Amino acid sequence: MKLKWTASPYIVWMIIFIVVPLLLVAVFAFTDGETGGFTLANISHVSEFTPVLMRSIWLAAVATIASLVIAYPLAYIISRSSGSGRRTLLMLAILPMWMNFLLRTYAWMTLLENTGLINRLLGYIGLGPFQMINTQGAVVLGMVYNYLPFMILPLYSIMTKIQNTAIEAAQDLGANWVLVFYRVVLPLSAPGIRTGVTMVFVPAVSTFLISRMLGGGGNLLIGDLIDLQFLGNAYNPNLGSAISLVLMVLILLCMSIFNQFGDEEEMEGMLL
Amino acid sequence: MKWYAKTYISVMMAFFYLPIVVLIAYSFNQSKSRAYFTGFTLDWYKKLFTNEMIMGSLWNSLVIALVSSAIACIIGTAAAIGLSNMRRVPRMLVLNFTYLPIINPEIVTGVSMMLLFVFFKSKMNIPLEFGFPTLILAHITFNIPYVILNVMPKLRQMDPSIYEAALDLGCNDWQAFSKVVVPDIMPGIVAGFLTSLTMSLDDFIISYFVSGATSQTLPITIFSMTRRKVSPEVNALSTIIFIIVLTVLLLVNLHDSRAEKKMRRLKTGGGSIA
Repeated sequence: MKLKWTASPYIVWMIIFIVVPLLLVAVFAFTDGETGGFTLANISHVSEFTPVLMRSIWLAAVATIASLVIAYPLAYIISRSSGSGRRTLLMLAILPMWMNFLLRTYAWMTLLENTGLINRLLGYIGLGPFQMINTQGAVVLGMVYNYLPFMILPLYSIMTKIQNTAIEAAQDLGANWVLVFYRVVLPLSAPGIRTGVTMVFVPAVSTFLISRMLGGGGNLLIGDLIDLQFLGNAYNPNLGSAISLVLMVLILLCMSIFNQFGDEEEMEGMLL
Repeated sequence: MKWYAKTYISVMMAFFYLPIVVLIAYSFNQSKSRAYFTGFTLDWYKKLFTNEMIMGSLWNSLVIALVSSAIACIIGTAAAIGLSNMRRVPRMLVLNFTYLPIINPEIVTGVSMMLLFVFFKSKMNIPLEFGFPTLILAHITFNIPYVILNVMPKLRQMDPSIYEAALDLGCNDWQAFSKVVVPDIMPGIVAGFLTSLTMSLDDFIISYFVSGATSQTLPITIFSMTRRKVSPEVNALSTIIFIIVLTVLLLVNLHDSRAEKKMRRLKTGGGSIA
């Protein structure tokens, strides 16, 4: 097939709807809102929000590691189970995604509140009440709950490709389960870990709402800040663009360092 | 399965479904309270169907998802075919831009598209109202990459000699394309369509920045409720959606395991048991 031109409608679309919008963000970030002239004030203004940025990265990193630790054994168990059991488990693991994420987070509010279900249950056995909502822990919990499927799926899809014979061969050659894990399972599942970490970390670091709903007013993240500049009370699209630009550059930088071993083929296969 | 694996799975399932059980339980609660359960009722299910705001935004969500996924499939499939025939360097360049909306934080994509539509209106005098048109354009944009990512591997697996054989057997380019290539990559297109559909239906962040005051999608309507109090009618709607999705997945699952059993029986030369 020698059909090169069929890509041209998409390339035009891509330029208008992907490239130009990002250029606009850059233009806004370096423009003075009132005079319209070039300025570096917005970018330097971003440094005032370093604590928020650090908190976003920290909470997202904790949530990503927690997701990986929780999802890894789960994905492994699912990938080693047989036929219909495997399909059922995988279905059960991704089914919660079909409930709207705002509603799921709202349900966690109901559970975590001071007079919420968990505290009332604990009250019956004479414990608590504990302050759970409006804490950083609640924000991390919300992130883990919402983004866990994005960790399970890539891990699962790479682990199903690991042959049982490879594990058995290692055992035959005298490896105990620790060695089997470090020398066989872990290296073979590394691409899945890379994809999973990217797919959890990026939405977690830039989330807004999870932090607002579960973290109260004191645990705002960088995403909330951007929202406030564009559609909130602190209306200032130039500053908002500057924060967005910094966030984007930071994430692309992190990801390119993190994914430097991943190639194109792996990327295409893993997102499915 | 070993006992510790079973225990782990059970604990995880409890974690997954705890909030969902709460959500479903409160759709049957007599009072609007989300703190106390005062008695069983089906009222919210009845009220749901007369609630114009919820039903209207559900309708918007469905229309936007279907239209944007269909258009994304056409543009994306054409793009995948074109890209796979391009040389490596230009192809990598285009693919890198294609990955951008997937890797980029959604909020940045949302904000950038909002700036684009404002720019269209104020600087270029394109009369594009925030609402349905901008939502469709934004959804097509973030759906196309998923179509390309699903179709490209199928194109790579395809044997080019089949296409050439079709030409040798007297097909013209278009016939060879529509009768040979398209059926071959159809699974990829369908997967791309379904991925787009779910992404579209579930999207909140990008829609939030490009929607107007008039046409709202379901997630945006739910968002405006979470700021005050979520009406149990939304819980009722979610329960219905949950049951529909569960049924579909169970049917697919059943179909798959039947097909698998059949395959196994054929392989073992069976019929002896049946």
